[in-house]
This record gives sequence, structure tokens and C-alpha cells, in this order.
Amino acid sequence: MPHDHSHTAAPSDLELRVKALESLLVEKGLVNPHTLNSIIDTYENKVGPRNGARVIAKAWTDPQFKTALLNDATAAVSSLGYTGRQGEHLQVVENGDEVHNLIVCTLCSCYPWTMLGLPPVWYKSAPYRSRAVSEPRSVLREFGTELNAGITIRVWDSTSEQRYLVLPIRPAGTESWSEQQLRQLVSRNAMIGVEKAKNPRVAENIPP
Amino acid sequence: MNGGHDLGGKQGLGPIKPEPEAQEPVFHEEWERRVFALTMAAGMLGRWNIDQSRHARERQHPADYLNNSYYENWLAGVEKLLAETGLLDADANNHDLRIPNPADADKILASGGPTTMDSHKPPAFRIGDSVRLKKIHTAAHTRAPSYAQGSIGAVVTHHGCHVFPDSNAQGNHLGEHLYSVRFSAQELWGRDAENFDVLIDLWEPYLQALDET
Repeated sequence: MPHDHSHTAAPSDLELRVKALESLLVEKGLVNPHTLNSIIDTYENKVGPRNGARVIAKAWTDPQFKTALLNDATAAVSSLGYTGRQGEHLQVVENGDEVHNLIVCTLCSCYPWTMLGLPPVWYKSAPYRSRAVSEPRSVLREFGTELNAGITIRVWDSTSEQRYLVLPIRPAGTESWSEQQLRQLVSRNAMIGVEKAKNPRVAENIPP
Repeated sequence: MNGGHDLGGKQGLGPIKPEPEAQEPVFHEEWERRVFALTMAAGMLGRWNIDQSRHARERQHPADYLNNSYYENWLAGVEKLLAETGLLDADANNHDLRIPNPADADKILASGGPTTMDSHKPPAFRIGDSVRLKKIHTAAHTRAPSYAQGSIGAVVTHHGCHVFPDSNAQGNHLGEHLYSVRFSAQELWGRDAENFDVLIDLWEPYLQALDET
């Protein structure tokens, strides 16, 4: 088992409580320990923001796919093999010169797992959940994102099983970029809407 | 219920302080991995649904909910569900349960659980209709966020008929029409608000046509 703490430190009450629960469930035959490890592996290594980045880069380069994605995102991403838990009903919302979209779940932590994996800590935190719907410009500023005063912000509060993904604006100066190269400009944060896609001039390690 | 989880518009919670994206691990502690997997695996036993699971996390003192880290709330939730369903009782009869192996779990996670249902009645609202989110001051589970209750918005999308969380949390699998409703920031927060819109997914029983009283 990996250790995040010092080897001399005693396990915390919380760690003991979790261990006790796991032992009890395994002893009673209610969970299969191999299944636990497999679930962790899926969300730690297989499902993550690279899925969403592939979808966005494809939408930037393939107009037919983009139309399909905006019409029925669940079907469009399923054609690329992305289906599953917390992605059953997907809607993609497009940023433009006049509109900027931002995703939140004020009541819990609803998030498009099939596209982005599990949400980051800040997305699940009380400050983000409280402020995204009441002062989004101030929230965006905290992420270093400034928008022109004339841009309409649309905040999507994910109260149902609809899951939302932002289609960011394709950065200028990437006209000759391939879909593969473009994927590297699509951050997780841009697909939540707290940032824009990465600037190709400052993005590192990307071939021109 | 409008417990510690019902956070939209609450003040005094401080800055967000996001961890840089490139440096943030999926889990920060080993126990978080275990709580996540235990919650998912226990959920696959089929003894509770997602709305009962959410409600179990919500039914805490708001001070506890806010003081807990995210996965501490998940732990509190799954402990509560296991206790309430009696799955861990000495005399529990769990012989009918099918315990998913890794391949079963992969299949469950990859297929998900769509919440669309057949509709037995036409939708009451059309795109563009003005609607008011009713006051829903219930101790039971609801997905009508308190910050928008009483406010007026416009229907922008009809998503079809979806499982109604308020009844699903009570174990009744019923469908209701679901809409995205757009509220202006001025309607929600007053004249001094920043200029923006909030879109909220709301089920038909939450909504009132403006010509009704």
C-alpha cells in the first residue's frame, strides 16, 4: 500500500475508520477486494481529462463532428467510445465571442466523469460551489481569467443527471495544427470554464 | 433539505485556492482511494440509488458537512446507508446479493445508468415560458437549490422525462419532465449583482407557470 505519510506516524482515526469499514465489508463478502482496486485503477489511470481534450480537439477540426456534438453530445462522444457513469446525459456548451460558459454543481459535485474523470478538490469545495452562481467574474479572476465586460456569462448549475462540458474557443494561431497537437491546448479547467484554452505561444513542449 | 450542502450564494466561505491543474493528483491520500472505491462497490449492491446516496451525505449537521473534507462526507454517507439498510447486521440475509467482480464493475461503470423514463403526460411548459421556482422548504431530499427558490426564469430546454430525485430518494422511481431554466443574476441576487445568467435543471413539480397563483 502506498504511503502518503511518514512511516513512523501512527494511522489517523480516519484511516483506521476506513480500514475497519473495508475489512468488515470484505469479511462479510459484500465487496470483492479486487473490484475495489479495479475501480480505483479506472478513475486514477483510465478515465480522465484526456478524453474530453480529444473530443474538443476533434470538434475544433471536424465541423461535422462539432455539429453532432452540439446537437447530441451523449451520442457524439459515444461514437468515440466514451460512455458510462456520470456521463449518461451529456450536453456541450460552446464558448464564443459573446458567451462564456461555466460549470458548477452547487448541491454536490456533479461532473462529467466520462469526459474529465473525477473532479478536482476545488470544484467540490464550498467556496467554488457557493460563489460560481453568485459572483462568477470574481471566481474567474481567481483562476487568472479576465473576460471583456460585454461577454455574457452562463453558469450551468448541474442539479440533474445532465452533465455539462464547455467547448472552449480554439486559440488563434493554431490554424495549421493537427487534432493531436490541439489536444494539448485543452486543459481540464478550460472544459469546466474557469480558464480559456491554452495560448499556443506559451504552451510548453508543443511542436509548432 | 437546505443543509450544509445547499451552497449556492452562501457567503464567508473564503477563496477557492485551486491547486495547479498539472500538479493535482486524482486522490490525495490512500484512504480517499479506499472510500471512493468502497462507496462505488457498495452502491453496486443495488440496495440504494444515487439520490438516496446524496441524501445520506446531506443528512449531517451543516457544521459537520462543511468541516469535513469531500471524501469524509462520502464516508459518512456510506456508513449511514450500510447502517440503515442493515447490510452489516449479524442476522442480515445477504444471500440474494450479487457481488460484482472486477469485470462486472467495469461493465457497470462503462454502461452507466441513464435516468430518462417514458413519459405518461405531455410537458406542461414550452421553450420560452416564464416560470417561478416554487418555495420547496422540505426536510426531505430535493434538487431545487434554495438560492433560486421563489425566483422567475425562462425555460430554455426540455430534456424529456427523467427520474424525479425527490421521490427517488424515498425509493419511488418516478419520472417527471426536466427543463433547463435560465435566471438572470439580477433576479437571483438583486440589482447590484454582476451581469450573468444561471441555468438550472429543474423538474416540472418544482415549477409554477406565472399565470398560476
